[in-house]
Amino acid sequence: MSTTQWDAALAIPVDEDRDHIQGRADAPVTLVEYGDYECPYCGAAYPIVKEVQARLGDTLRFVFRNFPITTSHPHAEQAAEAAEAAAAQRKFWEMHDLLYENQRRLGDQDLRGYADQLGLDVELFDKELVEHVHAPRVREDFMSGVRSGVNGTPSFYINGTRHDDSYDLETLLAALEQAASAPQ
Amino acid sequence: MTNTTADARAAPLPPGTKAPEFRLPSTPDQTVSLAEFRGQPVILAFYPEDWSPVCSDQMALYQELLPEFRKFNAELLGISVDGIWSHLAFARDRNLHFPLLADFEPKGEVARSYQAYRSAEGTTERALFVIDADGIVRWSYISPVGVNPGADGILRALENLEEEGGS
Repeated sequence: MSTTQWDAALAIPVDEDRDHIQGRADAPVTLVEYGDYECPYCGAAYPIVKEVQARLGDTLRFVFRNFPITTSHPHAEQAAEAAEAAAAQRKFWEMHDLLYENQRRLGDQDLRGYADQLGLDVELFDKELVEHVHAPRVREDFMSGVRSGVNGTPSFYINGTRHDDSYDLETLLAALEQAASAPQ
Repeated sequence: MTNTTADARAAPLPPGTKAPEFRLPSTPDQTVSLAEFRGQPVILAFYPEDWSPVCSDQMALYQELLPEFRKFNAELLGISVDGIWSHLAFARDRNLHFPLLADFEPKGEVARSYQAYRSAEGTTERALFVIDADGIVRWSYISPVGVNPGADGILRALENLEEEGGS
């Protein structure tokens, strides 16, 4: 009675208008990742997520939310804001992928280079980063993660419930397939 | 509702108990006592060891959440059985800006008083306590030692304190 236990569940439901989403809104399985662009474990999970997306196709909807742990990763916040700045120019996923493919190069010059590479309005991108226009959004993601029981990165939620098992390809795929076949 | 019984976690000092007083070193020449924080909530985060990967993530997360804890005027104190020089190096390496207290001599005495000591390992449990402004334990939780408990439970407890103790 005294020691509370609770189920770790997504505190803020996926919102088609707000969230960064790949896949169909009516997909039977939704995978939400709370991730940090500078976290090596998230870097390791990146190709695994790509692979499960490729294998599951329309069965899977993937959502990414920011969870930068700046205490450990000094570039993570700016990288998250860079992805949001790219999102403002409709290139979130392109930037997301570039960041994970270049995890060790997340300095300000690097970020500007990626913006340029993606054909973004670099001046606007720079301005938004300097003014931290997207910091509130990143914090909102972060706090939604904290309230959902995120305790490190990456943290995954399958149809709203935290996936506490390993996120190696076989385990994650099996969990997603099970969710897909479970009655709604 | 969910009860975890499979492992041998101790039951921490329960809510409603007076939080045992303590005075522990936070630096080589400073100590911190619980009584100093009377009048404000205190979060006690016992963790097994400096440097082990799970602890570090947990403490990094709490560092990140200091502004949220401050909204409740709550003070965060980390405690382990490590000595003060280990704590200092750990805090510097990981950018932690809250006190890490050394429950070093007599080893684990404070952890024992909170029923959060693992005798077999000689370390503290991964235990969380939220103590109210009057020094009463209002929430306690022991996590499986390999699992980072996150911060949601702490925030819920602080919110409950605020709702209940509006006077």
